Amino acid sequence: MTAPVLELRNVVKTYSVKQGLMGRPKPLTAVKDVSLSLGRSEVLGLVGESGCGKSTLAKILLGLEAPTSGEVLVDGEALGAQDRLKLARRIQPIFQDPYSSLNPRKSIADIISLPLRVHGIGDAASQKQAVREILDVVGLPSRVMNTYPSQMSGGQRQRVAIARALIMKPEIVICDEPTSALDVSVQSQILNLLGELRREFGLTYLFISHNLAVVEHLATRVAVMYLGRIVEEAETGDLFDNPRHPYSRALLKSVLTPEPGLGVPDTQLGMAYPNPINPPSGCAFHPRCPLATELCKTRAPRPVPQDGGFVECHLYDRETEMFEQA
Amino acid sequence: MSDAMTDPLLAEIVGPTPGQLLRRRIFGHQGLLIGGTVVALLVLVAIFAPLLAPHDPYAQSLMARMKPPVFLGGTWEHPLGTDHLGRDYLSRLIYGARVSLMIGLVAAVISGLIGSVMGICAGYFGGKVDAVVTFLINVRLAMPVVLVALAVVAILGGSLTVMVSVLGLLLWDRFAVVLRASTRQVREREYVAAAKSIGASTPRILLAEILPNIVNNLIVVVTLEMAHAILLEAALSFLGLGVQPPTPSWGLMVSEGKNMMLFEPWLVMIPGTVLFVLVLGINLMGDGLRDVAAPENRS
Repeated sequence: MTAPVLELRNVVKTYSVKQGLMGRPKPLTAVKDVSLSLGRSEVLGLVGESGCGKSTLAKILLGLEAPTSGEVLVDGEALGAQDRLKLARRIQPIFQDPYSSLNPRKSIADIISLPLRVHGIGDAASQKQAVREILDVVGLPSRVMNTYPSQMSGGQRQRVAIARALIMKPEIVICDEPTSALDVSVQSQILNLLGELRREFGLTYLFISHNLAVVEHLATRVAVMYLGRIVEEAETGDLFDNPRHPYSRALLKSVLTPEPGLGVPDTQLGMAYPNPINPPSGCAFHPRCPLATELCKTRAPRPVPQDGGFVECHLYDRETEMFEQA
Repeated sequence: MSDAMTDPLLAEIVGPTPGQLLRRRIFGHQGLLIGGTVVALLVLVAIFAPLLAPHDPYAQSLMARMKPPVFLGGTWEHPLGTDHLGRDYLSRLIYGARVSLMIGLVAAVISGLIGSVMGICAGYFGGKVDAVVTFLINVRLAMPVVLVALAVVAILGGSLTVMVSVLGLLLWDRFAVVLRASTRQVREREYVAAAKSIGASTPRILLAEILPNIVNNLIVVVTLEMAHAILLEAALSFLGLGVQPPTPSWGLMVSEGKNMMLFEPWLVMIPGTVLFVLVLGINLMGDGLRDVAAPENRS
């Protein structure tokens, strides 16, 4: 792996949640001590259930939320220290819902050229030309420039959102579930477009999704997130062939197969997702883990390096084995 | 991904511009056209009052008191008759449009500015700003408008300036409440997050991303409050604490006519009808403007 373009070091994000009228606010840790790094033109897939902290992580990376502690480094520079405008040129988002991410009162040309206008790049004519070019890149005809988002389909809107993200030629694109609001047929078009654009412009993606098929298609590496922690990180092929963490196994098992009569797969996860305000003791996954031992209930596991990644589970920790034998 | 740029013919194929679409929407909306015409006519009447009025609205003539209007057997000398002091009713009506429109417009602008700034700031920033604004709204809502206006007018004396300032400083509550709620809603949209991550400044986000999306609510409240202010002025003038005689005001005309109402009902009916038509026109126009400004909410 080359030098990381984007690096997270021990990032923690805590919100305080009010408990009723009289109750004291309680801390909710959405992201717990997460470290990640992305190499140039890599695609890191970030997967996990709803509410595990994926989107919070995306907001921190975009500078929309400040981490409670820890550091975000872009090309080795701390994110907080950089100018917001400078940061915006390097990191751009593609959001989940193209019905909400485009201002309904603005024409497509206005939406796409907003970054250029905010940063004062070029005059009106050159901005218009840039919009035409980027529309061509994302596969939209230039006649849509004068239309409004309400006149477009979901797939077209997402192409507009991609055009807006790419018009300033950023290095890193944070894709927060960019296909989950789209039809299956449109999903694949958008994914293929994202893949083509990566090759063409050498983009680096952080690809957040709960759709494992999408992640397998696009990502070079995958990080699995559970209750604010990254519990496993591995090369894509490796993770899908040989998932190590029990949670990764359950996630892979939960994918619906098109085979009739098979029914809904039994993931053995059984219990509902734990309340993040009162996270379980020890390993946060232990109440749902089919392989949990006594130790899992009391001691949090530490990251264990595996080839090309790590897994955070007592099952793979040598020290734990020795601890148990003793 | 063919290169459409290189072909000049293809590059020219663009849909109607936003301006053309807007014009189409305006002229396709009946309510807006009717309301707009009524308001525009009354505005023109108010502006050109000295040219339109057949008589001096203040000139009294005891010889020509209580002349009926033309449609009740009067003469064309006084098309809408005369009041109890022999003043030409049509001329007073025409000059009265100035008072009503002035009060409606200025009061709505003053209260709109106060209320919008408070509401948008409370909705966007939340937290302490929101707490302060909500407190102020509650304080304001606890005060009965008519009573406060009556008290102030009783102390300072009734004049157009006092009326406009009092109404402007009292009627901002609905602006603040409505815009606070709609800003909170719009703030959560992803296009606001997108603008932030582009690096847009807070004023830009407020004015270019949020304001256009709540402006339809603002328009509706502006027209409601305009109508509200006009009716309040009429009510206060009717009670004798608004615009002072002999200034021609529609509310005052109703008030002066009420003693003779059983014998000469047109004294009350004519200013009442004009008041009703103006308020209806303003409300129709507001509804229409909202529809035109929010094309995605219509089929």
